[in-house]
Amino acid sequence: MKPEAPSDLLVISSSPHAHCGESVTRIMLDVVIALMPAFAMSLWLFQWQALRLAAVCVAACLLTEWLCRRAMRRASSLSDGSAVITGLLLAFNLPPALPTWMAVAGSVFAIAVAKQVFGGLGYNPFNPALAGRAFMLISFTGAMTTWSRSPWIQKVAYAAGSATTQATEVAVDAMTAATPLGFAKEALKAGAPMPLFSDLALLKDFFLGNVNGCIGETSAAALLLGAAYLLIRRVITWHIPVAYLATVFAYAAILHLVAPGTSLPPHVHLLSGGLLLGAFFMATDMVTSPLTRRGMLVFGVGCGVITMLIRTVKTGAYPEGVSFAILIMNAFTPLINRATRNRVFGTKKECARS
Amino acid sequence: MDPITTSTLCIGGIGLASAAALAVAEKYLSVPQDPRIGKVTEMLPGANCGGCGYAGCADYARAIVADNAECNLCAPGGPACAQAIAAFLGRAAAAMERRVAIVLCCGDDTEALRRAAYNGIADCAAAQATAGGDKGCAYGCLGYGSCARVCPVNAIRIANGIAKVDKALCIACGKCVAACPRKLIKLVPAAAEIHVLCSSKDKGPAVKKVCGTGCIGCRICTKLADGAITMDGFLAVVDYAKPLTNEETVAKCPGHCIRKDAPPPTPNS
Amino acid sequence: MATIPSPHTFRGGIHPAYNKALAAAAPIRELPLPARLTVPMSQHLGAPAKPVVKAGDTVAGGQLVAEAAGFISAPVHAPAAGKVVAIEETLTASGRACAAVVIETAPEQVWQPLPTFPEWRFTDAKQLIEHIGAAGVVGMGGAGFPTRVKLSPPSDKPIDTVILNGAECEPYLTSDHRMMLEHAAEIRIGAEIIRHILGARSLRIAIEDNKPDAIAAMEKAFQDTDGDVAVTVLRTSYPQGSEKQQIFSVTGREVPRGGLPMDVGCVVENVSTAFAVFDAVVNGRPLVRRVITVTGDAIAQPANLLAPCGTLYSDLVAACGGVAGQAAKVISGGPMMGFAVSSLAVPTGKTASGLLLLSPKKISDFSSQACIACGRCVDACPMRLSPAELSQCIEADDIDGAEPLALMDCIECGSCAFVCPARRPLVHHMRRGKAVVMARRAAAKKTP
Ligand code: SF4
Ligand code: SF4
Ligand code: SF4
Repeated sequence: MKPEAPSDLLVISSSPHAHCGESVTRIMLDVVIALMPAFAMSLWLFQWQALRLAAVCVAACLLTEWLCRRAMRRASSLSDGSAVITGLLLAFNLPPALPTWMAVAGSVFAIAVAKQVFGGLGYNPFNPALAGRAFMLISFTGAMTTWSRSPWIQKVAYAAGSATTQATEVAVDAMTAATPLGFAKEALKAGAPMPLFSDLALLKDFFLGNVNGCIGETSAAALLLGAAYLLIRRVITWHIPVAYLATVFAYAAILHLVAPGTSLPPHVHLLSGGLLLGAFFMATDMVTSPLTRRGMLVFGVGCGVITMLIRTVKTGAYPEGVSFAILIMNAFTPLINRATRNRVFGTKKECARS
Repeated sequence: MDPITTSTLCIGGIGLASAAALAVAEKYLSVPQDPRIGKVTEMLPGANCGGCGYAGCADYARAIVADNAECNLCAPGGPACAQAIAAFLGRAAAAMERRVAIVLCCGDDTEALRRAAYNGIADCAAAQATAGGDKGCAYGCLGYGSCARVCPVNAIRIANGIAKVDKALCIACGKCVAACPRKLIKLVPAAAEIHVLCSSKDKGPAVKKVCGTGCIGCRICTKLADGAITMDGFLAVVDYAKPLTNEETVAKCPGHCIRKDAPPPTPNS
Repeated sequence: MATIPSPHTFRGGIHPAYNKALAAAAPIRELPLPARLTVPMSQHLGAPAKPVVKAGDTVAGGQLVAEAAGFISAPVHAPAAGKVVAIEETLTASGRACAAVVIETAPEQVWQPLPTFPEWRFTDAKQLIEHIGAAGVVGMGGAGFPTRVKLSPPSDKPIDTVILNGAECEPYLTSDHRMMLEHAAEIRIGAEIIRHILGARSLRIAIEDNKPDAIAAMEKAFQDTDGDVAVTVLRTSYPQGSEKQQIFSVTGREVPRGGLPMDVGCVVENVSTAFAVFDAVVNGRPLVRRVITVTGDAIAQPANLLAPCGTLYSDLVAACGGVAGQAAKVISGGPMMGFAVSSLAVPTGKTASGLLLLSPKKISDFSSQACIACGRCVDACPMRLSPAELSQCIEADDIDGAEPLALMDCIECGSCAFVCPARRPLVHHMRRGKAVVMARRAAAKKTP
């Protein structure tokens, strides 16, 4: 017969007994909040297409996550909110007219193959949304690089273009068929002159997102607003985005100085091709980026260099490069972690890097 | 040549060249070794459990042949293996009986109380280091499975808060014995069927306060066991060197901690 | 005598909610002598003391009841006169069992003082060290390292700076703070005795800037002290009270890995320890009582109690008006490095600086999730380790992988687990890993 136990057992645990109150769910919620301005802009720019893709991707990601956990007989992980982010980020990286079934396929790949196969959140070596996008780029190359836009946006674009110089008009014309970077790449391949993008009205378009591209990547203003929120809430630190953007800027600036005729000005590089979305929201994905501040700087610089290599190689097929750059650096994260550990207090040299 | 043929030839060529290099190296660079070591290694079960005290089966085989180590140290292999090795090396076969691990506590969560709510990592030593552990009994099984995690053959289950060894699966490697921070696991002869499943050295009233199946030190069993149960302070302990068959001990133990093993399940069931 | 801002601050660290207001204003109050004292033999780092009394003996207050059992060990004295009723096993706050001398206190208190050294300035250092050791003085801020050992560095390790640790960086705790306010003069003498023994040129009193009244009290007390004396005002940051971090903040020197403060010419003593040194040398009183902060949101009247070592926690709680509502967690010490206990039937010791009772809504859950590699623990670790990687190695039983990552340098300060959003019990992992390494080292020593 079991003896009677005291009613309220005291909790015993190892020290510390205090916690700052932060949680994974809260971090994920902050990221979702930070993505909202960009989402609002995409709704304005691409209307129901944006809503369709976002809804489909988020739903497909959540469902896949739930099914995977069930199949592996693990506790459900829906509540940590990471699947919502994967869905949103993936949708943000898709062209507006993409068929729904492709978006579903990408979402399933992102969650099932890029995340749950490795054991779920925390164990995935690659950013799931980017892995999903890379999978789609390779599988559905045509659909993933077709940039149709709603007639309404086209009108706005032409209105903006009509007031500008001739050079920009060429650009605007071309932009109805390709993203700014895509256009530049075509021009580079054909030996045609680069568009200059120096008009203020066009810069405004970049800021508002009034250019071709994936649904969530076009509006620099909305992305920067979200990034500011993440920085203020200390969800991310400045290291990766600043290193990334500075590298791209420096690389592009040098190139543009040396060969102005065959390269885009640096600010265009910064504002287009999903760079801001990538630098603030995807390169900073905690799980797949380095642990130390120094590691983060290395990571950011690496992303920047690879992005610019992809963008400026003449024969390359991909004009944007952000997704692949981050994925490649994801693969280097364990190595960077090893090489950039802090100097242990009381030691002269770095601690063994095994 | 088209690129496919070129690359196939290149890769194939590299493979062949390396294979040749390895074959040459094997022939000329290998350290000469007593051929009997390889043979003995093959005779061992290959579990690499380390229960013999060596770094694995191959290392134990080397020790048997080169250092004259006893050949009956392999628990998984059992007497058959020991005899085979002894016969092969022309040594006298040492006697060996099959042994199994047993957890000497039966105070599960139905019978023994917890004195605190533990919030920490699932490791018995870590739980023990946290305010002395959450089990009411300072001797009993904590049930966080450190033994189960080191068992190479998954013979230990944690059920209802305590660990239990599956006699049929246990290979007596002794890893669980070392893993238990409360030293509750012993290797005993597999033939023994009656055990005192308690390790509490506390006096009867103290035991009763925390556990419904603890040894209360009443000594009733010692009188029935014909010397096979002795007292260590207030705790009855089975002397496995002597046969203990009197099932009355099980029935008469007022602490209900003398238990007889359930008969092994028939293979087909 | 000067007051200077600390020239450095260690990297890492955290800013927990300090919650000191609960008890900071409560003056030190003497606990009425409990009827029964359970005096543990292990109130210090090192070997438990060996009892020299037996059940039935009558003891006077201050009488030796157990002698030191080795170089790193300390004697234990009777906190009060009475009768030894038993020598039995008790669970100490740290969760380990040890022997305890149980004394039923007598209504008539007789006191047996140790010799005194009013002329300590002209007394030989060796003699003073012996005396301080015989009085059972140990470090009262943390682990309880015998003060005698700290005061006798080998001759090739000259000490130039004594740091008086008044940081009290643990949230909730206010016992050192109250000591500095109420016993500044005694602490000063204690500090000067320590400085005299070590022949140290400089004396620094290190206090965090969130205790301006304590800074003022120390400034006043040390006003006319000669030589290089200064109050160093530390930036409030946890763990400023940790020895290595404090030495760095005060002097800019880093204690080398695996080394001791004396390797960089420093000795750090807690302010309460300085008081105990004063008490032993000037008053001939062994270390048998201390101030303990009883606080938390589940105690009726938070207080700073002067209680004999060996008082049961239940007696302390009763003296503070009992439990308010429900106590879900009882912690010996502070919330960052204290030990949770499973019952109130645990005695205090020389190192017990606080007793913290937390209600269910104040306790944090540490049910582990996978590490999301946010790097916050890495930023927070004052030893500059990588708790994320360490904990994952240890979780995977890869202790060999954890050791080269400086596992043994972890000071278990808890900064990492405090900030971890995945609520990983990082310190628990560190502890387990360290225990495994220690066991291996001990085994390796036995079989060379
Ligand atoms: S009293 Fe015996 S059976 Fe009960 S928990 Fe303790 S050791 Fe186990
Ligand atoms: S507990 Fe150890 S690993 Fe964690 S922050 Fe403190 S020193 Fe670093
Ligand atoms: S704080 Fe926690 S989740 Fe973040 S890196 Fe450290 S262990 Fe991982």
